[in-house]
Amino acid sequence: MGELRLMKGNEVIAEAAIRCGCDGYFGYPITPQSEVMETLMTLRPWEDSGMVVLQAESEIASIHMVYGAAGAGKRVMTSSSSPGISLMAEGISYMAGAELPCVIVNVQRGGPGLGTIQPSQADYNQATKGGGHGDYSLFVLAPASVQEMHDFVVLGFEMAFKYRNPVMILADGVIGQLMEKVELIDQRPRWTNEQIEEISGDWATTGKRSNRQKHVITSLEMDSNTMEQNNLRLQAKYNRMKDEEVRYESIECEDADYIMVAFGSAARICQKTVQIARRKGVKVGLIRPITLFPFPEKIIAEYATKVKGFLSVEFNAGQMVNDIRLAVNGKTQVEYFGRMGGIVPTPDEVELALEQRFNN
Amino acid sequence: MSVLTERINEIIKPENLVYAKSPLLNDDAMHYCPGCSHGVVHRLIAEVIEEMGIQEQTIGVSPVGCAVFAYNYIDIDWAEAAHGRAPAVATGIKRVMPEKYVFSYQGDGDLAAIGTAETLHAINRGENIVMIFINNAIYGMTGGQMAPTTLIGQITATTPNGRNADLNGYPLKITELIAQLPGAAYVTRQSVQTPAAVRKAKKAIRKAFEIQAKKIGTSFVEVVSTCSSGWKLTPVASNKWMEENMFPQYPLGDLKDSGRADADLYRIKG
Amino acid sequence: MTEEIIIAGFGGQGVLSMGKILAYSGVMQDQEVAWFPSYGPEMRGGTANVTVILSDERISSPILHEFDTAIILNQQSMTKFESRVKPGGTLIYDPNGIIHHPSRKDINILKVEGSRLAVEMGNPLTFNMIVLGAFLKAKPVIKLENVKKGLEKSLPERHHKLIPLNLAAIEIGQENLVVVQEV
Repeated sequence: MGELRLMKGNEVIAEAAIRCGCDGYFGYPITPQSEVMETLMTLRPWEDSGMVVLQAESEIASIHMVYGAAGAGKRVMTSSSSPGISLMAEGISYMAGAELPCVIVNVQRGGPGLGTIQPSQADYNQATKGGGHGDYSLFVLAPASVQEMHDFVVLGFEMAFKYRNPVMILADGVIGQLMEKVELIDQRPRWTNEQIEEISGDWATTGKRSNRQKHVITSLEMDSNTMEQNNLRLQAKYNRMKDEEVRYESIECEDADYIMVAFGSAARICQKTVQIARRKGVKVGLIRPITLFPFPEKIIAEYATKVKGFLSVEFNAGQMVNDIRLAVNGKTQVEYFGRMGGIVPTPDEVELALEQRFNN
Repeated sequence: MSVLTERINEIIKPENLVYAKSPLLNDDAMHYCPGCSHGVVHRLIAEVIEEMGIQEQTIGVSPVGCAVFAYNYIDIDWAEAAHGRAPAVATGIKRVMPEKYVFSYQGDGDLAAIGTAETLHAINRGENIVMIFINNAIYGMTGGQMAPTTLIGQITATTPNGRNADLNGYPLKITELIAQLPGAAYVTRQSVQTPAAVRKAKKAIRKAFEIQAKKIGTSFVEVVSTCSSGWKLTPVASNKWMEENMFPQYPLGDLKDSGRADADLYRIKG
Repeated sequence: MTEEIIIAGFGGQGVLSMGKILAYSGVMQDQEVAWFPSYGPEMRGGTANVTVILSDERISSPILHEFDTAIILNQQSMTKFESRVKPGGTLIYDPNGIIHHPSRKDINILKVEGSRLAVEMGNPLTFNMIVLGAFLKAKPVIKLENVKKGLEKSLPERHHKLIPLNLAAIEIGQENLVVVQEV
């Protein structure tokens, strides 16, 4: 059993980063996730593990610092909230194109524009459909607890290096500010130069030795045929993720007449809705996608022939509902319920929506 | 064997060698236009890295602009940065590998327009990197549009009647700005249009790399350069135009050579 | 056992830290806990509230529409949260500054004059601990020894000398809880 602590979601991101042997964090303050960098600066990991922490001049600079450091084979990360992630879109696209591993945390707030500092899930499409230019996908994890904020930093780096792809942890203001019990991993050392050589020695910019060709981190390719091949290689990688990495949690779905689909803090609220509805005698279940990309479409397709309807519950205008509809493919009714602008629906509000949408 | 070949073979002998291409420069034909300064500056960087024996420790950061393919020509590890972000990319590399030599190579649009924030802040942090700045007062790669350093009256694709201060503002003397930053260790402006200028520029680049090992702040080398294609002049006429028009606005020489500032000058009272 | 609590009052009254001590105390008692604050500019001098959930089971939603217990420390919070106490639940309040006293007939209503008692103790900063004491009297869900451990855990080392004062304040709160209505 690891050390048990009571921590905020934002704080645990910092703690998990240090403990999993992260080499660097580059970021820029933005509400509601500034505690990530504040915690790192207070913990001063550069004195112990040697992890670098740097406050950049902007989110743009942050993500390009991550690009440079990730190109060197290091485990590096950044965190921000919605408007800041928009600024990072350029660098994220470059990292996807250059196939660089990194972890990006988005503690979402409401938009569009400057929007609100209150919680939201309105960046679902941005996170799962690219967000920047070009055909690319991020590996997207949606934590629903402080423990998962911790675990997904560790898992995120694992996936980032397994697939040489940027990983996004798509959290929201609720999970960022929420304080819960969390079991921390023991401190792991940062990778040595020898380990980096072993893991990323065929591409990282660690300095050209005479026994190898020079390494170039780039997304640029002027020859269209080669560029198409590069794109096909990326798509094959994303398909491998779809085959091998789908993660979800299903709660009381076995006998359900209706299934809610919700991620992150919305899923926590829906867990309570399941209890309320079942007390009233309505058989309701919950599927919580843990990976938003790859999306758990198979399990949803399986239940599509068994249930009377799906309700997508999101803190946005209805984004994930489209992925559910694609998975369901017309086999049953798919409805959406959500709130926007930083308003977080309560469990009874979701239960009411369930009743109204399906007239039971 | 012709008489000419015979004569040439008589000359090609080790004892007659006066100059050899650095082994760090590969045999790929450069894509630069005739008369362009980029090729010369590439050569100088390759020579400095070779002479200092730091090929295995050096990582270059190439820009978006004509020098985007710099990584094709010098045989070291490279990261190709997004437009303007080279100083941030270089910061990331250097911070996680402080024992390496890291340099960025940027043009005027990259460094002084879209990447101004990244440029100023990297230097203001005193990042221990070298920044090479090619200023030819025009956007070469995209077809000769106005640069931040384009001179008043200079004709470009987007200033067909000449740069007009009312409409376009003024030539940005970013190197003068940079020399004011406490994080800058060494700031110099050079050119490469004559053998003497080339020798001076090489010395400056070497000094910049040597300063990096001392960890006393950012070294910044501007090279006032030509763009025959963009300026629509012959290489010879370009050099003359540069001397007549660029040098008065962008005078050559060192602007700062004192190392990073003493932080106590900026400290709170208590 | 699951106890869903809202603590609501002015920023600066120690609402968030009271919730934090309660949550830490729950951890010391091997319970699952959740602490979820309102956040943003409203924290600076405006109203502040925090949801604390203590449970023997995995906690579902940290966002709640109704509470087992509401601890209410100003009029705005009374207006907002009186209606959101579960029928048969408990409302504890400090009457200081309250214009419209709670009027529901289906809940337990208790009061503690936390502001006055804190002034009498000579340290206004003990206010939230007095209120916490009142809550623990009304709802003995956490053992006092675990509250003490919770204090040790949540307060930085340099403030540990204040723990006896905090415990004294908790005791005063326990002694001065007044039952207004019992259902």
